[in-house]
Amino acid sequence: MAAEREPPPLGDGKPTDFEELEDGEDLFTSTVSTLESSPSSPEPSSHPAEDISANSNGPKPAEVVLDDDREDLFAEATEEVSLDSPEREPILSSEPSPAITPVTPTALIAPRIESKSMSAPVIFDRSREEIEEEANGDIFDIEIGVSDPEKVGDGMNAYMAYRVTTKTSLSMFSKSEFSVKRRFSDFLGLHSKLASKYLHVGYIVPPAPEKSIVYLQRTVKHPILLQDPDLRQFLESSELPRAVNTQALSGAGILRMVNKAADAVNKMTIKMNESDAWFEEKQQQFENLDQQLRKLHASVEALVCHRKELSANTAAFAKSAAMLGNSEDHTALSRALSQLAEVEEKIDQLHQEQAFADFYMFSELLSDYIRLIAAVKGVFDHRMKCWQKWEDAQITLLKKRETEAKMTVANKPDKIQQAKNEIREWEAKVQQGERDFEQISKTIRKEVGRFEKERVKDFKTVIIKYLESLVQTQQQLIKYWEAFLPEAKAIA
Amino acid sequence: MEEHQEAGKEITPSSMLVDLQGDSSLQVEISDAVSERDKVKFTVQTKSCLPHFAQTEFSVVRQHEEFIWLHDAYVENEEYAGLIIPPAPPRPDFEASREKLQKLGEGDSSITREEFAKMKQELEAEYLAIFKKTVAMHEVFLQRLAAHPTLRRDHNFFVFLEYGQDLSVRGKNRKELLGGFLKNIVKSADEALITGMSGLKEVDDFFEHERTFLLEYHTRIRDACLRADRVMRSHKCLADDYIPISAALSSLGTQEVNQLKTSFLKLAELFERLRKLEGRVASDEDLKLSDMLRYYMRDSQAAKDLLYRRLRALADYENANKALDRARTRNREVWPAESHQQLCCQRFERLSDSAKQELMDFKSRRVSSFRKNLIELAELELKHAKASTLLLRNTLVALRGEP
Repeated sequence: MAAEREPPPLGDGKPTDFEELEDGEDLFTSTVSTLESSPSSPEPSSHPAEDISANSNGPKPAEVVLDDDREDLFAEATEEVSLDSPEREPILSSEPSPAITPVTPTALIAPRIESKSMSAPVIFDRSREEIEEEANGDIFDIEIGVSDPEKVGDGMNAYMAYRVTTKTSLSMFSKSEFSVKRRFSDFLGLHSKLASKYLHVGYIVPPAPEKSIVYLQRTVKHPILLQDPDLRQFLESSELPRAVNTQALSGAGILRMVNKAADAVNKMTIKMNESDAWFEEKQQQFENLDQQLRKLHASVEALVCHRKELSANTAAFAKSAAMLGNSEDHTALSRALSQLAEVEEKIDQLHQEQAFADFYMFSELLSDYIRLIAAVKGVFDHRMKCWQKWEDAQITLLKKRETEAKMTVANKPDKIQQAKNEIREWEAKVQQGERDFEQISKTIRKEVGRFEKERVKDFKTVIIKYLESLVQTQQQLIKYWEAFLPEAKAIA
Repeated sequence: MEEHQEAGKEITPSSMLVDLQGDSSLQVEISDAVSERDKVKFTVQTKSCLPHFAQTEFSVVRQHEEFIWLHDAYVENEEYAGLIIPPAPPRPDFEASREKLQKLGEGDSSITREEFAKMKQELEAEYLAIFKKTVAMHEVFLQRLAAHPTLRRDHNFFVFLEYGQDLSVRGKNRKELLGGFLKNIVKSADEALITGMSGLKEVDDFFEHERTFLLEYHTRIRDACLRADRVMRSHKCLADDYIPISAALSSLGTQEVNQLKTSFLKLAELFERLRKLEGRVASDEDLKLSDMLRYYMRDSQAAKDLLYRRLRALADYENANKALDRARTRNREVWPAESHQQLCCQRFERLSDSAKQELMDFKSRRVSSFRKNLIELAELELKHAKASTLLLRNTLVALRGEP
């Protein structure tokens, strides 16, 4: 057997091999996704890259148009954006509905006092039936596109800017169609803000963008996040204050990484008395799901790799079959061999396209969900921290009561007063802690329900598309071999 | 590991390679084969009404080395210099397969029991396929000899078929090595002859054409064979990839509590079936394409060898002519020179005539074999593609049909 050689690089003069993008290479996809009930499915075109839908998260099939050589990778982001955020005390609105949670300004974000509340905000579920049933409120109609990457500036300060286009009929937006220019750190900034606001109360914020378009689409699908003013500002306003602290490799970024590590250690030491079996069950479930998805993902990656090898080997064989056909001095056999070479060349193309589909539909779907589940786990962690805080408050309250008792015995009236004040203070904190904990638990339950429903639809849609791609490959194979058969029979 | 090959009346790979006209006066086949530690024992069965043989039906056990001995005996026999000697069967080589089985046995704890069982099954099937192929190669070698009007009458052939004891050809290691070394030197000299570097002038257009044709053809078919092998192996890899995918989907399916459960389980089953189909594509490509290319690579080498021998005879003839001229000029020993020249001439002409016939047979054999295999390849590819389509469509219907 000949020694294994490196298969020739795929695609001479074809679009970039999608596995080998360098850092700093910003390739982009222009996609448009609609959340309406549109039954359109991607039109396969002759260019291999355009066959494939890069959008793997829409509950309905999305129109996808891919530019040549473009791929959606934010390679310049060299750090992982942490999903954890510095603890903040939320000020709950007086409304019973948990739809909006205004947040106190902090040093990190541009100050914004959120005092307005939406009139009768209702949480829109993904199912069509419910949308139709909805008495008041908009049909969930919002389309986001990200396009036109453009290099701005020179040298060290250069960056890529993207055009974010929004089309919507939702009343919360001032216009129905608008676009703005954003850079990558803006996306990270948006994520950071949303995460800091919502994660610790239990909302599953989509993970930080590696795929910006997917990130935005997931974010707008989330009924609560959609209504966030930061998101609106991100989509709408022409000037956005620089999210300084999300700059790649910034000092703050490193700090975040350290925090994340510390949190990880913390997580291990929080021993929570889980009174609710649902949470324990769900956590276990997500843990298992995570493991299995990772395994599957690794196997699918191997599949992609081998299919690419098959494509390369088929191309090489096609060439040698053609050469053999040239040498062959029996005319009919020579012709048949040339035809065989042509068939094999076409088949090599087929394998390449299939490998593409393997990757973009199957593999990416899995990696998306692995990241989402990480976000889910993060939310569960926040709940634990919340519980910890409540616990701590209770312990402190106990101590304060002891102090009061001691002071009473020792008969120090001013200290007694102080102790009584502190007791009141901590009683309030305990109450708050309990409320918070209950709130986050409730929210998580709802979020997980929503996530589950979406997951089912998502998976099914993409898997069906993927299987259809497999069918298409087989049908092409049939076509090619049916065309070849008479040539073989013609050998006299 | 012991493997027995049943006396297969099914279409054996050997019949794919060479269309042999059934001549009932001498029928040879390998009716059984056993694979032991490091050797394979073939049971060669002969049915013949030829008067030479003591019985009409008999069999002997032979090992690979004895086949090689027989082949070499033909090659070294001057009488057959003008014939294409059927290429010797390759040595049975289970090394790679055995290594893989061993590695699997050493264990990778991350794979499930089902995965392990499937992988083992795959490797065992591979081992069996290699085994069947080596039997076929040895069989077709004998069958070509039996079908050839001249070669079948060789005394060594009869001995090989009939002699009950060991042919004792195995202890020859040093001599074989030396012989091999010398053969290579002769080979390079032949290459010089055949590539025209030695300045020998070809007198016959037919042979001139054949020479250029065979040189190029042999190189290219060797290339095509190697690359076809790689394609086949990639298909095999792909099929193997489906094993862990199916297993992971199966686990996901059992874990899930929602509607995805049935979807995952159906997908797991789909990938398992796709695996089997992909495996069949791989093995069909192997048999119909790779093996055929490999066989004709060897056969074209045998044809080249024939051309070497003829050119050597031509060289001898030319030298004899020169010697005769010298003798005539000196008027000394003219008659021996004349008779030597006569012999060389006759030999050369005999070789040329027989070689011509052999080369034309080679062509028709090759064309018919390619035709048969390419047709069957296309038909099998179609069959598998259609089966895959059906399978995928059914799964899609099932997936869509669910709520």
